[in-house]
Amino acid sequence: MLTLDSKIPVAPIEDAWTFHKNNNLRLVGPKNRPKYKVIVVGSGLAGASAAASMGAMGYNVECFCFQDSPRRAHSIAAQGGINASKNYRNDGDSTWRLFYDTQKGGDYRAREKNVYRLAELSTSIIDQAVSQGVPFAREYGGKLANRSFGGVLVERTFYCRGETGQQLLLGAYSALEEQIAAKKVKMHTRHEMLDLVVVDGRSRGIVVRNLETGEITSHAADAVVLATGGYGNVFYLSTNAKGCNVTANFRAYRKGAGFANPCFTQIHPTSIPASGDYQSKLTLMSESLRNDGRIWVPRDADEKRDPRNIPEEDRYYYLEERYPRFGNLVPRDVAARNAKDVCDQGLGVGPTGYGVYLDFAAAIEEKGIDAVKSKYANLFEMYQRITDDDPVETPMRIYPAVHYTMGGLWVDYNLMTNVPGLYAIGESNFADHGANRLGASSLMQCLADGYFIIPVTIGDFLSRHESGEITTDHPAFKETEAAVKDRVNKLLAVKGTRTAQSFHRELGKIMWEHCGISRNRESLEEGLRKIPALREEFWRDLKLPGNPKELNQSLEHAGRVLDFLDFGELMCRDALLRDESCGCHFREEHQTPEGEAERNDEDYAFVSVFEYKGEGTEPELNKEALSFDALPLAARNYKT
Amino acid sequence: MRIKLHVWRQSSRSDKGHMETYELDNVVAEMSFLEMMDTLNEKLTVEGKEPVAFDHDCREGVCGMCSMVINGEAHGPKSKTTTCQLYMRHFDDGAEIFIEPWRASAFPVVRDLVVDRSAFDRIIQAGGYVSNHSGPKPDPNSIPIEPSVAETALDAATCIGCGACVAACPNGSAMLFTSAKASHLGMLPQGQPERFDRAKSMVSQMESEGFGSCRNYAECEAQCPKGISIAFIGRLNSDFLKASLVEPIDRRGDMKAQ
Repeated sequence: MLTLDSKIPVAPIEDAWTFHKNNNLRLVGPKNRPKYKVIVVGSGLAGASAAASMGAMGYNVECFCFQDSPRRAHSIAAQGGINASKNYRNDGDSTWRLFYDTQKGGDYRAREKNVYRLAELSTSIIDQAVSQGVPFAREYGGKLANRSFGGVLVERTFYCRGETGQQLLLGAYSALEEQIAAKKVKMHTRHEMLDLVVVDGRSRGIVVRNLETGEITSHAADAVVLATGGYGNVFYLSTNAKGCNVTANFRAYRKGAGFANPCFTQIHPTSIPASGDYQSKLTLMSESLRNDGRIWVPRDADEKRDPRNIPEEDRYYYLEERYPRFGNLVPRDVAARNAKDVCDQGLGVGPTGYGVYLDFAAAIEEKGIDAVKSKYANLFEMYQRITDDDPVETPMRIYPAVHYTMGGLWVDYNLMTNVPGLYAIGESNFADHGANRLGASSLMQCLADGYFIIPVTIGDFLSRHESGEITTDHPAFKETEAAVKDRVNKLLAVKGTRTAQSFHRELGKIMWEHCGISRNRESLEEGLRKIPALREEFWRDLKLPGNPKELNQSLEHAGRVLDFLDFGELMCRDALLRDESCGCHFREEHQTPEGEAERNDEDYAFVSVFEYKGEGTEPELNKEALSFDALPLAARNYKT
Repeated sequence: MRIKLHVWRQSSRSDKGHMETYELDNVVAEMSFLEMMDTLNEKLTVEGKEPVAFDHDCREGVCGMCSMVINGEAHGPKSKTTTCQLYMRHFDDGAEIFIEPWRASAFPVVRDLVVDRSAFDRIIQAGGYVSNHSGPKPDPNSIPIEPSVAETALDAATCIGCGACVAACPNGSAMLFTSAKASHLGMLPQGQPERFDRAKSMVSQMESEGFGSCRNYAECEAQCPKGISIAFIGRLNSDFLKASLVEPIDRRGDMKAQ
């Protein structure tokens, strides 16, 4: 049984974070901060902002990333924007409204006070980013511009064309590089964390592999912060970068950290459809496009005409018809499921039949071609580059794709896992998005965690402990290193016939089929039979070229696939246990007559937290009960 | 499609390296260039040979990780396109394709097509930031910025740091990269206080990394996947000149809070 003390402050929700800072958190004085070493794994928005902020405070920070530069982390690919309740549009926005939208969008499966804090910090993030020189879009008077996003009724999204993630990451990266230059942060690029070192139940450091030389080394620290992103690549095809993986999180799970809500996977409604078996990833088209694009399919399954020649009456604007109030701006899960639904009815378009139109003709007619183009310039260009079609001329084709994972390591209000000294921030924790994340909220959460929460909360833990108690001479480091080397050697010793890539593809198909956009008991149980069989085959028939003492990308990939194989099983298990529908987790057994997700608050208003029990043993389910004091439970309804 | 590939193979930093030739016959036009490389690597692995190491990550043209010189051009024949966003439809059936790593002494080859671009990070460390701590900041609307200024700053900030400009330049100069960052910050009000120090120290770091000097070939702009304009180089040169004339003493050491 895990001890899950969520440390939620006992104070009214509006004051909870301030109360917590003032009354519950101890500080480390500036003279003492350099004595404490903090390891940050990952250099995306969460990792870079955390490492930079803690470095600037004076902590002795070491940051690790597997890419060749911290600037390449996948946060860079976020397109549309970042939410903040500035209420610049005077359209009724407020911290409360953003909290409400996030909690409602997450289908009431998140912790209220965490979500409120996120909304509260949102405005400071914009201020911080602008002070770094992030060039957000401006209006003619020089004030910041906004756009609207799915699932909300206000305009609160700040953006830099279609490259908001890139600009925010470059802001965090430049802050990180400033601290590297000041020797406050030591950066280790091309290093991958392969295990966590735990001594007497407390996190004491990590074991990493230098991806260029293959050298395996240990690093001790007073606290370890995982900012290692999401695990969407368990599906093989996703909008994640190729390198995104679950290894750091999964290794932490195996060392005692609880894994929360692993089955909560967001399927993004607007990605470019796959074109063939060789497809290596899916490219997202920002959902901000739904502001101006109208989604439709032909009403007739046998429609053969060019989409431009199909008259209005033969077009099925299914979102507008089914959800008149939100129309094309329904939340992501609703949009994704409806796309699958119309394609399953045979109305899908494109060579595979798995696609729907996203049409800009009406917006172009209303606002003019230049206005629409300037808003989405690089998205249109990206689409044309991939498909050879110009969205100004002919409707885009889109289809849902795995995009974001709400599940992650369980953390308390301080963002610490149940393993003392181990933190998880950004997408790698589970905390704020419940069962579904609203658009433009992931950047917000990563930066709230990194700039404003972890720099304060980590001090509370550190102040209660002596610095540098344990070094890499401790036997636990040697043991963990030996285990990591052993695993690498075992992978190389299989000498079978199939590549890691082929196993990854097969796992992805199993996950998409059995634990994808909609799920049911029978299918999940089948998935739970298929995955162990595939893992057995992996251990019997894996073919790995090269040797472990050099740059070996196949070896890197094989290690990640192995963790995905174990992790996929955990996801299916969670999806099976959660016998309700909520947010992105759609169990076919539980739906309203209109096909909406039907929650079961009586039995499932909890966070599922899985505890590792050893190889071949079923993990134990722990529950953190959720309470709904500020915002009473309500059925999610985007229709009226 | 059937294609013939000539690929640079180099087992380590110290290896001399050589070109090797491969043939692929199951290529389709809708494949991305890197999916074609995946296919090659799958084939090599199954045949018991070493796959080709290459850098890649986001595969949507924004992380800046992919880096191949294809038929003599950084990121290949299509303008304003990263390697990962290049599609096989841009090549003819039966095409012969030459693939090399970025070539520049400041970017040593690590293995095959993978190079070491850490020099870029060190140029940023020399001043590619606004000195800052995390914490309360003024409301952004208290410092209005003309939209055209913000947009031009974004034109520069859109640099993905891939290094194609260096690979494209006959001198291996990093001026386009350096000037893009210096101009992005130098145009915005937030970047003013350090503008001239920044210009000076970034340029001096660039020179010490072994990048060549700029001779206005403009190959960098032509091969930049983001179409960054060499006008930014002019801007940097102007700031650098002013910095050298007007502000001969760097007072930063004295001014920093203790």
